[in-house]
Amino acid sequence: MKDLQLVWESLPLLLKGALMTLKIAGLSGGMGILLGTLIGLGRTSGIRWLSALLGVYVEVIRGTPLYTQLLLVVFGLPQLLGVSFDEFPAAVITIGINSSAYVAEIIRGGIQSIDKGQMEAARSLGMSRGMAMRYVILPQAFKRVIPPLVNELVALIKESSLVSAIALVELTRTAQLIGSRTFRSFPLYIAAALIYLIMTLTLSRLAGVLERRLQASD
Amino acid sequence: MIRIHGLEKRFGNLHVLRGIDLHVRPGEVVVVIGPSGSGKSTLLRCINRLEEPTAGEIYVAGEKVPKGGKELDRVRQELGMVFQRFNLFPHMTVLQNITLAPMKVKGMKRDEAEALALDLLAKVGLREKANAYPAHLSGGQQQRVAIARALAMQPKAMLFDEPTSALDPELVGEVLGVMKQLAQEGMTMMVVTHEMGFAREVAHRVIFMDEGRIIEEGPPEQIFREPREERTRAFLRKVL
Repeated sequence: MKDLQLVWESLPLLLKGALMTLKIAGLSGGMGILLGTLIGLGRTSGIRWLSALLGVYVEVIRGTPLYTQLLLVVFGLPQLLGVSFDEFPAAVITIGINSSAYVAEIIRGGIQSIDKGQMEAARSLGMSRGMAMRYVILPQAFKRVIPPLVNELVALIKESSLVSAIALVELTRTAQLIGSRTFRSFPLYIAAALIYLIMTLTLSRLAGVLERRLQASD
Repeated sequence: MIRIHGLEKRFGNLHVLRGIDLHVRPGEVVVVIGPSGSGKSTLLRCINRLEEPTAGEIYVAGEKVPKGGKELDRVRQELGMVFQRFNLFPHMTVLQNITLAPMKVKGMKRDEAEALALDLLAKVGLREKANAYPAHLSGGQQQRVAIARALAMQPKAMLFDEPTSALDPELVGEVLGVMKQLAQEGMTMMVVTHEMGFAREVAHRVIFMDEGRIIEEGPPEQIFREPREERTRAFLRKVL
């Protein structure tokens, strides 16, 4: 009972933390999808040097932990450059770049999963490669990348808890702070977990609706 | 209409086409037969450069087929192609499949493109399927739509790459019927197929290929009744 009351009283703060979580995940997710799509397109462009260069980008970003990347950008780079970054934009950009590598692979996979005959049919009709991509390949790939992109956004909501390491107070950090102040961590972490679950489930449901709408032709 | 000089194609160590010379005249129906792996499909795909030839030259309507770029796109508009696996665009209706290229490539107005598409659909007997999606059509219907889609670009010649090989036997006839009609209208056609009945009935000239070479060519009566080459005889014994 006392636990419930504590959670209830902490709810405004927890929701404020959740809002920060959403802001970070939303902005960095948007950036990741935008940048990642461009990178994915570049990787499938057939231009060898570009594809190779972007391949290195993806490998480096995916091969190092987000946590390390955050610390590097927020504490490491300023030391090197003699400037300081605001934590919030630095976090969004770092997570966005991190996400772009995963999104790029999702987009590349989506494009390459479309039967080769589709491109051939389009080209045989006299369409340029760009036209074929725009009207034939990408609309089909789009449907296939929605589920993995939603996974990526769900992952971002959860991974955004890492920004507590650079002094941003989001949902998990809020629960931690209140928990240590009141010496009752358990109900607060449970509450935080439930709020995460509400956010991620809502996202999955929305994606489900979108997927069903796009299935008219199947 | 289509001239091929010294065409060669290698896939790594595999020498698929070993020097092909061929001239398809306007209005002519040339049927290419031969065992699988003989290079028939590759020959067809080299003509519109879905495969890049290793050596040799190809001319379409007097114009050399260029390596790439806008010029190649323009030559491809002159060459309709029908694939074994139809390759209709699954996210578009039948009508959208047919009108896409005329609108985007040729800049045709929607009304005009749709009127043309409906005419072509009537011709292949599928006018009532204009708003259906490919997934809801049988294989034979899909292939007829694919033929209409290629015709919508008003090509000078049509290339058919085993157009009935992926079809259930009972659906082969409807596709061959459309092709026969097209031939009778004077379309220049090059057809790779295993349908010997079609070759015999519709072809002006039959080409027998084996191991990347043209072994023998001639009018269907001659090829089927009195083939000169032993390899042709052996092949025909197996398929007839």
